[in-house]
Amino acid sequence: MTTRDKGVAQPEARSSLINDPQVRAVFFQVLLVAVVAFVGYVIVSNTIANLQRQNIASGYGFLSNIAGFGISLTLIDYAETSSYGTAILVGLLNTILVAVVGIVCASTLGFLIGVARLSKNWVISRLAYCYVEAIRNVPLLLQIVFWYFLLLNAVPNARNSLEFGGSLFLNNRGFFLPKPVFGDGAELAFWGLILSVVASIAVKVWAKKRQMSTGQQFPVGLTALGLIVLVPLLCLAVAGFPVTFDYPALKGFNFTGGQRVIPELIALVTALSIYTSAFIAEIVRAGIQAVSHGQTEAAHALGLRHGPTLRLVIIPQAMRVIIPPLTSQYLNLTKNSSLAVAIAFPDLVSLGGTVLNQTGQAIEVISIWMLVYLSLSLITSAFMNWYNQKMALVER
Amino acid sequence: MSQTSTFQIRTEEAPRLPAPVATSGFIGWARQNLFSSAGNTILTILGLLLAFFIFEPLIKFALIDAVWTGENRDACLAAEGSGQSVGACWAFVKAYFPQFIYGRYPAAEIYRVNIVYAMFAALLIPMAIPSVPFKKLNAILLLVVFPIISYYLLTGLVIGDAVILPIVETPYWGGLLVTLVIAVTGITASLPLGILFALGRRSHMPIVKLVSVIFIEFWRGVPLITVLFMSSVMLPLFLPDGVTFDKLLRVLIGVALFSAAYMAEVVRGGLQAIPKGQYEGAMALGLRFWPMMGLIILPQALKLVIPGIVNTFIGLFKDTTLVMIVGMFDLLGQINTSTTDPNWASPTTGVTGYLFAAMVFFCFCFGMSRYSIFIEKKLHTGHKR
Repeated sequence: MTTRDKGVAQPEARSSLINDPQVRAVFFQVLLVAVVAFVGYVIVSNTIANLQRQNIASGYGFLSNIAGFGISLTLIDYAETSSYGTAILVGLLNTILVAVVGIVCASTLGFLIGVARLSKNWVISRLAYCYVEAIRNVPLLLQIVFWYFLLLNAVPNARNSLEFGGSLFLNNRGFFLPKPVFGDGAELAFWGLILSVVASIAVKVWAKKRQMSTGQQFPVGLTALGLIVLVPLLCLAVAGFPVTFDYPALKGFNFTGGQRVIPELIALVTALSIYTSAFIAEIVRAGIQAVSHGQTEAAHALGLRHGPTLRLVIIPQAMRVIIPPLTSQYLNLTKNSSLAVAIAFPDLVSLGGTVLNQTGQAIEVISIWMLVYLSLSLITSAFMNWYNQKMALVER
Repeated sequence: MSQTSTFQIRTEEAPRLPAPVATSGFIGWARQNLFSSAGNTILTILGLLLAFFIFEPLIKFALIDAVWTGENRDACLAAEGSGQSVGACWAFVKAYFPQFIYGRYPAAEIYRVNIVYAMFAALLIPMAIPSVPFKKLNAILLLVVFPIISYYLLTGLVIGDAVILPIVETPYWGGLLVTLVIAVTGITASLPLGILFALGRRSHMPIVKLVSVIFIEFWRGVPLITVLFMSSVMLPLFLPDGVTFDKLLRVLIGVALFSAAYMAEVVRGGLQAIPKGQYEGAMALGLRFWPMMGLIILPQALKLVIPGIVNTFIGLFKDTTLVMIVGMFDLLGQINTSTTDPNWASPTTGVTGYLFAAMVFFCFCFGMSRYSIFIEKKLHTGHKR
């Protein structure tokens, strides 16, 4: 390059405009914009014409109309006289509930199975292998429908409920468990809980500082656990235990009192957790296998025992490999919770479908769905990217 | 030199000692893998117990207590007051088997579906076995000729007034037929579309890149079920008055676009793994963009991501069940409706149907994943260490 630059002025490369990469790039992009704009124009004009012909008013005004249908599971106040907007909000909260519970269960189960898959014990690793292959090769929808069918048909009716410890009941109307009723002074325990969480974080910061300066370790986990359990208990004791339990009791053909978990929720969470756990197990296995055996040997050579080796050397390195695919599994679980519509669990898609059928506002309802799921996806991936960056290998 | 009696040379082989019992054979293996320590022994026993509690009822239900023959629900009901348990009602699956495979396809025309199934198998199996020759011809037959012939075979053919093959509307299709049509079309449409969008996402042209990114992230961010709702409710609104699409076609478009986005991300991973030198080498040879991609980059990139591609295929195959929610009768939808038939209503009918569906899906998906492992090993040309 340098020799050429020094030489006499080179004649400009002569090629036709057709072969000039820049001209071609501009041409193709203009073409693409034109095509996209044209398709967009056709879609919008057709939609407007179709809506006018069918006399459907567009816009989100219908959200404040009265919904007039009941919902079997509501986390916020909802009545048949509430608005469509409230109904959709109820659905959104139910989706988030399923996603959170599902993620916790699937992660626990998935990590267990993933570790079992790597066990040196042949029976255990084979069992884990069978579990993973059997679960992930069967469609999720089939599993959801199957669990729901089982809960409605194979579980006894209310009079012959399966009883666990005298206060938990499972029958085809759902799962009944005691509901805590908080009396006066219970909020003291709540504040105690917040205080202990703050204190735990403070202890962690302090312990890290101390370890950095003196090398001495401090049992942060045990301290935090003690604080989080003991402080709220102490607060409750001071207030004189203002918590009573509302136990479910059989009255007639059904249970009254207590907290009822509807069978749809149980079926959905069970199927989602089991299905996703099979994928998480494979991710965990791959992550642990990605850490070379030399790391274990080096840690042993440094004098670390088995526990600290796992906790300080293997898991942090495995987590780096595990987190990105784990994120997409969590996102998948959240999106898959929309299959709830098949068993009429009132989630966002299912309630949105009801609203769609009642109002005919297809575009608005579908746009709400897409907006919600897109933002849930983006929020989750933003959070996981942040966590991933925090865990990433720090290089010079 | 003559031998003296001070040397003793063994003239025959000493008798071979058997290997120590504790380290060889089944016992040695078991001692090493199952009972190496107290904890391990406990794990083994717990594992065996768990396996027993899972497989014993399953085998009892599916094989031992199962009902294999019968005309209606009476066969699958326990005798009055006997209290004995009745297992899987396979007689129900037997009775409904044609529906599970063909849906409500007219009985007189079922031979057409059979021809399509047979053609598909006859073309796919030699395609899948690497040592069978005539791959190019086979690919043309499978990817070009087969779809055209099967389209006319399945939907019917009328030229002018002459009815060569009676028209069968898609609402009459069902069962495995619909599942396979959606899966195969989705798979064949999503791979080229996905490659296109992956290339677009890696393009240096900002607008092409932006359009690809928006397309990919949009479809990946929403659940398939909303896409299906969109294609069955919203797509008719997008079309001019009087133009209508078949419901199956609408679903196919949704599924293909959806899986194309996932495919694009998989292919992008492969493209990113190709070192820059390969691009530069191709350009130095004077190749333009498409020959460079087609001859140098994509063959390497696609080979790297075969597991990902097959995983997307498996995901797509499982996701075909979702069309049940928008009112189509794929294998699961067909089974789901059949279980409500009062003629066959018994406590075990539903579970038997779902078990059958699970087995069919398992065979397809497990087969695909095993085949991808096989191909991955086959194409492994030794660059990996």
